[in-house]
Amino acid sequence: MNAQEVIAQFRATGDETCFHGRHINPQIYADLNGQNWSLADYVARGGYQALRKILGKDGGEGLSQDQVIAMVKESGLRGRGGAGFPTGLKWSFMPRQFPGQKYLVCNSDEGEPGTCKDRDILLYNPHIVIEGMAIAAYAMGISVGYNYIHGEIFETYQRFEAALEEARAAGHLGDNIYGSSFSFQLHAHHGFGAYICGEETALLESLEGKKGQPRYKPPFPASFGLYGKPTTINNTETFAAVPWIIRNGGQAYLECGKPNNGGTKIFSVSGDVERPGNYEVPMGTPFAKLLELAGGVRKGRQLKAVIPGGSSSPVLPASVIMACTLDYDSIAKAGSMLGSGAVIVMDDSRCMVESLLRLSYFYMHESCGQCTPCREGTGWLWRLVDRIHRGEGQPADMNLLDNVAENIMGRTICALGDAAAMPVRAMIKHFRPEFESMIRAASPSTEAA
Amino acid sequence: MITAEMRARFDRETAKYPAEQRQSAVMACLSILQSELGYISPESEQLLADYLGMPVMAVHEVTTFYNMYNQRPVGKYKLNVCTNLPCLLRDGSNALKHLEGKLGVSMGETTTDGLFTLQQSECLGACADSPVMLVNDRHMCSFMTHQKLDQLIDGLRAAEVKA
Repeated sequence: MNAQEVIAQFRATGDETCFHGRHINPQIYADLNGQNWSLADYVARGGYQALRKILGKDGGEGLSQDQVIAMVKESGLRGRGGAGFPTGLKWSFMPRQFPGQKYLVCNSDEGEPGTCKDRDILLYNPHIVIEGMAIAAYAMGISVGYNYIHGEIFETYQRFEAALEEARAAGHLGDNIYGSSFSFQLHAHHGFGAYICGEETALLESLEGKKGQPRYKPPFPASFGLYGKPTTINNTETFAAVPWIIRNGGQAYLECGKPNNGGTKIFSVSGDVERPGNYEVPMGTPFAKLLELAGGVRKGRQLKAVIPGGSSSPVLPASVIMACTLDYDSIAKAGSMLGSGAVIVMDDSRCMVESLLRLSYFYMHESCGQCTPCREGTGWLWRLVDRIHRGEGQPADMNLLDNVAENIMGRTICALGDAAAMPVRAMIKHFRPEFESMIRAASPSTEAA
Repeated sequence: MITAEMRARFDRETAKYPAEQRQSAVMACLSILQSELGYISPESEQLLADYLGMPVMAVHEVTTFYNMYNQRPVGKYKLNVCTNLPCLLRDGSNALKHLEGKLGVSMGETTTDGLFTLQQSECLGACADSPVMLVNDRHMCSFMTHQKLDQLIDGLRAAEVKA
């Protein structure tokens, strides 16, 4: 074997993460097997019918821009990247009559620890994202788009480029699509290792060929985005949800989930479960059901805690998460965030200090350095957790941790500061005795003397 | 020197962006340079700056901001093992330790034969595949048990002997 063949033996097949047959009423991952990613297969699954429908090329009258946006609003689709902002509302913010170029951007810079859903969408069903973006572009009167793909998943980027070539050659992208007056050019752009570029304005800076440091908001991208032009940015999974909505109607999508939380959602389950992987289930599915789909807690152990929405979301103890359903509202009510749908499961053998230590290191490493509270504060957090973990913690460290976190929260340009501080505060809130016992063990007791 | 083949690949990248926004292609072009030359040298940055019509310092800002650009030569195979929390929970750190033992280097180092550079990495975005690693920025290797890690390293060493 040559080197390429050696390496290729270990390429993921998707069998474990996506083709396990354990989704519930899937829309985005439906009928995929790893081989059927190409255009002909997508069309056989009903692909590009939604684009034909809005352009009036399916025998119907077509849909106006307002009708498409109204349908997406009706669907209750909320941004799948983490913030959960209503997609139809975001689309309605784009200036319709802007005289210059406007841009559409897909955020596939999937680097929130725990999240690996967009990779499987782009690898195994890339055309669903292309069609969703084309529909969004039509609705907002946009003629150029970019898909910014996480640099670490280069094979996925290459797959998406191959799908783009197919779509262009078949006339699903390009000038005067299906003979209509609608034109849309779409390109792929890759990152090269910077978590911060998942933040939408950092992503725009990166797309402009600069270091990815977030911008002040306002102005928001809808008025000052890529190259200073009006820009809409949505997550990969958000765009992937759109063709189904157009084909089946907003109401039907909403009914898949629950009020204010329409549709299906892909959850990336990682950590201490028997079957880590991506699971597409209706919004509002009980957490206990998702855990069951993922094979339950590994090795028959007990559930200790779950980080429900990517590493930046506050951790929840077992008793709290087991009572939750998986939707924006239920998880928010429990004190955390649905976020990107990355469910990190921890069993009863796990040390929370060690878990927080690794997360603190990550945020320190990935802080872009632009804002002092984040640049300095993430270092403080890591050093404090590190010394507690090394058995050198001081009794005052608990308050100091809380104080540093407090002084980061809300004092930075972007949400990375909050993302670093929130896990700290949640860990202290729910697992304080674990930290304190480590500190007590470290400090010689003065009381006994 | 930028070869004709590399220039064609650069041209393909710059064509994606408006004519006055050639700088947008800097990340892709740097990644092409790295795949061809192994790392980003000051000379490469200058050549690319000239090609894209941007200040060399602006290129350097990009090289130094993004984790995956090699600012100095690395081994023929750069191995990036994810140890972030989801991977930590599924033997990501053990995979890194196993490779340290197997290769006889600590993370961040290159083997004396120049074949392997071993690095810890942050989230690769393949959390359900853990233990997971990236080879030479482009190839994701999934479910890397100790046995598979050995198979990979031994396989690459054998391929080098043959080559």
